[in-house]
Amino acid sequence: MSVAKFSGSSASSLSAAPSLQRKIEGRSLRSFLLTCLTWVSAIVASIPLFSVLYMLITRGGARLNLEVFTELPPAGFETGGGFGNALLGTFVMVGIAALIAIPVGIMAAIFLAELGPVSKLANVARFAAKTLTGLPSILAGVFAYAMVVLTTGTYSAPAGGFALAVLMLPIVVLTAEEAMKMVPKIMKDAAYGMGSTDTQVIWKVVLPTAMPAILTGVMLAVARAAGETAPLLFTALFSNYWIFEDGHLALMSPTASLAVLIYNFSGMPFDNQLELAWAASLVLVLIVLIVNIVSRIFGKPRF
Amino acid sequence: MNKPFVVPVKLDSICQPPSSMVLLVDRAFRALARLGVIVILVLLAALVFEIGGKAIPGIQKYGLDFITGNVWDVNQHKFGILPAIWGTLYSALIALLIGGFFGISMAIFLTQDFLPPRLAAVFRTIVELLAAIPSVVYGLWGIYVVIPAIRPLTDWLHHSFGWIPFFGTTLSGPGLLPAALVLAIMILPTIAAVSQDALSAVPLKTKQAAHGMGTTHWEAILQVIVPAASTGIFGALVLGLGRALGETMALAMLIGNSNQISLSLFSPANTLAALLALNFPEAGPNEIEVLMYAALILMLITLSVNIAGSLIMAYAKRGNKK
Repeated sequence: MSVAKFSGSSASSLSAAPSLQRKIEGRSLRSFLLTCLTWVSAIVASIPLFSVLYMLITRGGARLNLEVFTELPPAGFETGGGFGNALLGTFVMVGIAALIAIPVGIMAAIFLAELGPVSKLANVARFAAKTLTGLPSILAGVFAYAMVVLTTGTYSAPAGGFALAVLMLPIVVLTAEEAMKMVPKIMKDAAYGMGSTDTQVIWKVVLPTAMPAILTGVMLAVARAAGETAPLLFTALFSNYWIFEDGHLALMSPTASLAVLIYNFSGMPFDNQLELAWAASLVLVLIVLIVNIVSRIFGKPRF
Repeated sequence: MNKPFVVPVKLDSICQPPSSMVLLVDRAFRALARLGVIVILVLLAALVFEIGGKAIPGIQKYGLDFITGNVWDVNQHKFGILPAIWGTLYSALIALLIGGFFGISMAIFLTQDFLPPRLAAVFRTIVELLAAIPSVVYGLWGIYVVIPAIRPLTDWLHHSFGWIPFFGTTLSGPGLLPAALVLAIMILPTIAAVSQDALSAVPLKTKQAAHGMGTTHWEAILQVIVPAASTGIFGALVLGLGRALGETMALAMLIGNSNQISLSLFSPANTLAALLALNFPEAGPNEIEVLMYAALILMLITLSVNIAGSLIMAYAKRGNKK
């Protein structure tokens, strides 16, 4: 802190007596100022997170009660209501996406990490997976619309789930591959040395050892999928009703989701809907953050 | 390794070669793993062909006029996406300027011994949480926090410096600047994370050599470490740009969705992704073909930027190994 005092020439001329204090070179001063600038920019960059969390807790927390989890979204000028069907819809669609993406992703990762890590197929697939991670989420929606909605002729939960699976798959593949590569080679060599087949080595050594890290990747993918809106806009659409119809699941009909509910309600001129949008955001962020934190606890490296 | 060598079987030993069942399972499992890889490739190919194929009727009907036109009117069958392309690039570039500055500062801050490890972990967690918040929540926050917060500043800028084209209009609610600010926050974690990797990959020896020559902390950072990591940082910026170009929800909620080309930071604009998000749900068959055309163009832009980013990262990694 004392450095700043001696920055200007005027400051040093004030102390007429030859001081014992070392003259601060311009370049040290520059270094000091840049350090201050970095601190400031790091703190400025952190403000949005706290602002978002503050708004969610104050505005969303105020509206949060048991009712919002059990009731259907309100129309126009209605008071009360909730987003029970949207919460359920989000779970159903993320579940469908996980059922598609996790098995395929882990199988692919096994090939990339263990069976043919340097093969041409693996290199091309790795590049494809990296390209898919950068795919704008809206295009996953367009793709699912073309593949599923146009084929089945209806907006539905599986269409939404498929769009989310396209986004989850590359994350699962790349993180699971990294996880399996971390398994020490000596452990695998020991298993091979005993005459194990590839399958036995993978099932009994690689997968159990890499499981915590694989789960981290899976959970990150789930968290991302839960928060996605754009792919659901025109694949699952939205619905003001429960996904159950007369006691059975009506999968092949438009399905509500938390994210689309927030989007729809954010632009409405009614206070009630707006409050619900904040409450739904709080619930959505809580889900995403909990999944993130749990994955971090799981994924502590063992080696 | 695929064919374990055959051990002569002694009847009194528990050692035995794998049974044909085990070998069959092995073969099936390996085929299944290969299938998983092929699914990824098929998925990417299907994505390109499906969107490209569905766009063909639109391309035949409207051709290049679609890209250069600037009217979007369903009733008159006039479709042009030049304003959306302009808005996509303009908002992404502003976001890249802001997000790039803060992201790279953050990466330097976290990797160059400014902080005790515990505090660094706190900031690292903050950055990761920023990435975890869904974009629709950022959109909501942008509408009710960012826009009111920046309005006084934008009004002042417009009144004082209105003759500069960037400040040529007033901010009447949604507009390019709030959208770009939120976009910057959303790409900051990507840029910070990838740049951190690049900066930590600079060998300690290089850093020590610089300090040994009597550089200050920042001279070492700016003249030695950052240049050494520059390819990786550049890759981080390109990947950040790729994310910014394809981001949808926050922009659909904040940018104002108006088909105009303006240099002003405060005027409403449009982007390709927002155009798709807003028009797709209620589109008739005629509009679907042109929206598919727009999706194809968005895909071409983002895929080429992302592939460039991955190639730069691969190049940077190879450079490090040498």
